[in-house]
Amino acid sequence: MSVITYRQALRDTLRAEMHRDENVFLLGEEIGVFEGSYKITEGLLKEFGERRVRDTPIAEEGFVGAAVGAAMLGLRPVVELMTINFSLIAIDQIINHAAKIYGMFGGQTSVPMVIRTPGGGGQQLGATHSQNIELFYSFIPGLKVLAPSTPAEAASMLRAAIRDDDPVLFLENLGLYNTKGEVPDGDDTVAEIGRAAVTREGTDITLIGYSRMAMVASQVAEKLAEEGISVEVVDLRSLRPLDRETIVESVRKTGCAVVAEDDWLTYGIGAEIAASIQEGAFDWLDAPVRRVAMAEVPMPYAKPLETAALPSPESLITAVHETLRAVGRRVG
Amino acid sequence: MKGKNTTMTEIHMPRLSDTMEEGVISSWQKQVGDKVSPGDVLVEIETDKAVMEYEAYEEGFLVKQSVKEGDTVPIGAVIGVLGASPDAAPEESGGAAPAPAEPAEAPAAEAAEAAEPAEAPAPAEPATAEAGAPRTRTSPLARRLAKEYGLDIDQIEGSGPKGRVVRADIEAAAKQRETRPAAAQPAPAAQPAFDDGRDSEEVAINNVRKVIARRLVQSKQEVPHFYLRRTIDAEALKAFRVQVNEQLASTGGKVSVNDLIVKAVATVLRRHPAVNSSWVDDKLLRHNRINVGIAVAVDTGLVVPVLHDTDKTPLSEIARRSRELAGKARDGKLKPQEMSGGTFSVSNLGMLGVDSFAAVINPPEAAILAVGAMRQVPVVRDGEIVARHTIALELSVDHRAIDGAVGAEFLKDLAEVLEEPMRIIL
Repeated sequence: MSVITYRQALRDTLRAEMHRDENVFLLGEEIGVFEGSYKITEGLLKEFGERRVRDTPIAEEGFVGAAVGAAMLGLRPVVELMTINFSLIAIDQIINHAAKIYGMFGGQTSVPMVIRTPGGGGQQLGATHSQNIELFYSFIPGLKVLAPSTPAEAASMLRAAIRDDDPVLFLENLGLYNTKGEVPDGDDTVAEIGRAAVTREGTDITLIGYSRMAMVASQVAEKLAEEGISVEVVDLRSLRPLDRETIVESVRKTGCAVVAEDDWLTYGIGAEIAASIQEGAFDWLDAPVRRVAMAEVPMPYAKPLETAALPSPESLITAVHETLRAVGRRVG
Repeated sequence: MKGKNTTMTEIHMPRLSDTMEEGVISSWQKQVGDKVSPGDVLVEIETDKAVMEYEAYEEGFLVKQSVKEGDTVPIGAVIGVLGASPDAAPEESGGAAPAPAEPAEAPAAEAAEAAEPAEAPAPAEPATAEAGAPRTRTSPLARRLAKEYGLDIDQIEGSGPKGRVVRADIEAAAKQRETRPAAAQPAPAAQPAFDDGRDSEEVAINNVRKVIARRLVQSKQEVPHFYLRRTIDAEALKAFRVQVNEQLASTGGKVSVNDLIVKAVATVLRRHPAVNSSWVDDKLLRHNRINVGIAVAVDTGLVVPVLHDTDKTPLSEIARRSRELAGKARDGKLKPQEMSGGTFSVSNLGMLGVDSFAAVINPPEAAILAVGAMRQVPVVRDGEIVARHTIALELSVDHRAIDGAVGAEFLKDLAEVLEEPMRIIL
């Protein structure tokens, strides 16, 4: 067991998968000579050569399209989009091609490709480079969308993504790259796509998050435990397919829930979670489902404003306290 | 994942008559586990008027009898549960808890609740426009638990936002009930002291008896009765009946003296609309339809099935219908609509040898005709004493609606029609 960063877990997994399967290759902007804007692909060009680690022009539509074609012909491309914001330039290739080809052409060919890309704000990158638009892809049948929150899950889920025969959008987060966690040495676990995880068991309230907010939820649960509040944390891990069963089961146990999301509240991922909860656990709900999300503004550049716009651990704690007070607990 | 797919259907105490407020489970006709098809009689329910069969509207299996035979529950209370399979376990348990018949949910409040401000991650409870009757705010979980514990959620004070009843409140109430079981349950009614030397015992009475008692008291207290007596010569009537029955013999029909009287009453009422009326709440109603009720003695008391549009119904049909209704009355199978809408009643105790009697008016009707036995008596006719068949009639009249002379005119006309019975059917 080693304690490594989320970044290291991704890099190790990419390397191992490239060794395991020679059809796996990487392409993206600045991933080779520059070793990646976020250094995920550090050392890989040297190790695997230009044929399997391909620097591309700044032309997302072109190289995502090239990856779709390569996948159709049997290769397993792993595309790096520098941030999820740039996926907008390639969105037609992703939604209208990668997601549709298998179904539209009667299953003649699948599209086994992975698009790795970080979302997230908090880095003072401005409104156009700080978005959390994974919802766009989570909305599309034909795509799978994974959003791990820990180094161990980043590894097992990237393995699953690369080995899966469908196009997977693999959501990373700028705020997670440097987080550390235990990863088993020589681990070859392949995560089951479409399963959420109860990362902490509790009885008073369910806290639901994914990606960075799953991590924040765990920290908040830790803090609330000191107050004697028993929080159950559900890490969605997979936004499509969505594991409603695990969510509902948890809420049936606790009777109330708070959803934490880095994206915007209106029409956001949390709205889908809240809807799923009332469908599956209506008679178990003791309080309305609360959502904690980003402020409904384009991300401000100024640091204090950016911090204020993002959902914080404090706002999560407030929502938990208020929900528990609503069900008769004396808290906060 | 959706919630557990419950294909349970609750059966609620139906409203079987306008005046019904509660019903007694008289007897279950289906037992737990029995298959039920639409139209099957599930249960017999005793209302304030009669014992009625209550049929299933849906197919399934009876999985629960929530109310025991003999127990009384209000309209809308769950009395049983139908399930998709015989061994389906019902989730609810609150049998006797008064489940109001689906109150109209305050839609305005619901909608406002749903439209929580999207922008604020910590939405304040929106001020909901409470429309109509205040509705107990509850969490879905609290509602479910209240049902499981058999608690009336409306009686529980909510500690949540704006008084919302939450799980903690239900659990506290359940705990309180557990620790004070004596207080929650009414003390058994003390045995009445009959130790007064009469050697009495209390006889169980049913709803029908209670209603009869209440209505008769009401009639005698509120309705100023007066009585008009008249004896008719029944020779012609007797002969006419024989003649009619000879005509009907081939059809199997048979007409009684009472049928003739009922038809005659209807015919004469048409000419005396003032008698076909009601005094209700300081208003005098004159009824355009003539619906004559017939008092029928049954084991449980007295019921008055009604022959609607008696004046327009042929005599033979009146006879057939009277027998049918009397049979249903004795079997306790009369439907509420067969006992409502009467405008005048006829009570006949002649078959029991009563010479004459004064009947109590059946409100809101304004008059009732009491019919005595047909007897052969010596009468003076053209200066001679002869033996004649006679019947004594006595009309009880509500003086608020009908004056003496008006009642007397009616009775005179009725007597003349009965003495020239061909006019009954003309």
